[in-house]
Amino acid sequence: MKFTEEHEWLRVEDDLVTVGITEHAAEQLGDVVFVELPEVGTHVTRDDEIVVIESVKAASDILAPIDGEIVEVNEVLTDDPGKVNEDPLGDAWFFKIRPEDMSQLDDYMDEAAYKALVG
Amino acid sequence: MRKDPLADLHMTPLNALHRELGARMIPFAGYDMPVHYPMGVMKEHLHCRARAGLFDVSHMGQVILRAAGGYAGAAEAMERLVPVDLLGLAEGRQRYGFFTDAAGGILDDLMLANRGDHMFVVVNAACKADDAAHMRAGLPGVEVEEITGRALMALQGPAAESVLAALVPEVAAMRFMDVGVFDSVFGELWISRSGYTGEDGFEISVAEDQAEPLARALLAHEDVAPVGLGARDSLRLEAGLCLYGHDIDTTTTPVEASLIWAIQKVRRAGGARAGGFPGAARILRQLAEGAPRARVGLLPSGRAPMREGTAIFAAAEGGEAVGHVTSGGFGPTVGAPVSMGYVPRTLAAGGTTIYGEVRGKRLAARVAALPFTPARFKR
Repeated sequence: MKFTEEHEWLRVEDDLVTVGITEHAAEQLGDVVFVELPEVGTHVTRDDEIVVIESVKAASDILAPIDGEIVEVNEVLTDDPGKVNEDPLGDAWFFKIRPEDMSQLDDYMDEAAYKALVG
Repeated sequence: MRKDPLADLHMTPLNALHRELGARMIPFAGYDMPVHYPMGVMKEHLHCRARAGLFDVSHMGQVILRAAGGYAGAAEAMERLVPVDLLGLAEGRQRYGFFTDAAGGILDDLMLANRGDHMFVVVNAACKADDAAHMRAGLPGVEVEEITGRALMALQGPAAESVLAALVPEVAAMRFMDVGVFDSVFGELWISRSGYTGEDGFEISVAEDQAEPLARALLAHEDVAPVGLGARDSLRLEAGLCLYGHDIDTTTTPVEASLIWAIQKVRRAGGARAGGFPGAARILRQLAEGAPRARVGLLPSGRAPMREGTAIFAAAEGGEAVGHVTSGGFGPTVGAPVSMGYVPRTLAAGGTTIYGEVRGKRLAARVAALPFTPARFKR
């Protein structure tokens, strides 16, 4: 598992990368009430704003962590946004991306470095 | 009240208790205030509607007005600043009102109470210095005393009466908008049966050295949870209540703000004390002819919240913005996004479809009656 400074987690499974947000991010956001996901088949570039999350407090974006194609999105979150607070590291993944260049993952932190970042 | 020298923020007498309870603190109107506790905004909101929530509102301004003629003297003077029937307000009763300016805009909204030999008013934190100056300038012969040694808290929700009555039995007999002064083990309490949530409940003024013991006594009850500013905002939004500086300000008249109900007949055209307040010409004209726009409730058709500042359009495509959202978010009790905003009079009828532009997309919303959740006051 890799972690971004934007508090996303990235899990590599075969040739796909699953992306979600960390427990720390979910806690900081507060109760999530709305999630807007990208369309499957969208080609994204690193740092594109591709997911909108709205909590009781504010709206925020999830950025594409790597270049690639969105191959699957977690439609459950559209109907049940609260899942993001309940199980951010498991059921509440946001999308799966087919990377163009797996080496982009090398830019991100491992779990120990992320834990050090959020204290 | 104390001031934190590092953050340059005022601290209420409950500041240490908020921190002990694990609150996340934010600066609000110059005060270090709890936005939520570990329970979180959503659960705090639902807990208040199901049982009871305790809110620290000590940042608000408490002011006593004394005049030679007692309450009537203060009321007669104050009617020159607010378009409300204050001379007709019975002893032990409270009324909602607002200071208007010469253009008919709203300078602040406030609660005004008849406490027998004087008037007691509660004003918004962000406006309280201006309000005090406004009253001193506009009320010659009236002594304006800003109360500084007292905290203010609100206990709101269906369990509020039973919880507070265990400490102050007299409150069980109070009706919505009654006010009273009661002796208690926490010293003299100034209590009104009112609030800002749409629920039954009380607002309690207490000497600052007794604030924490009183709050702890209330929180000791299993029905009571502390509630922060986050849920205070979503509760009042569902209740259709205005937030000064957002839903109402100097650019909105009371008629545009759909606050006509707060202007009693005696202050309207044809009434015994019609007009005589700042901006009366414009406000009375709008009362007679209607205002060009109105504050309405909005129910977005999707799940995306339409937040403050969202531009409102009459059609799904084309045209200029015709209004804007002044408060908006997710309504935990409604279970969907809710907003309030201003639309032209022609679009203000219930059921009218309008469009809010969210992230570049026009999303449909329906004009809806306020409040979004039924008021549960004890009339």
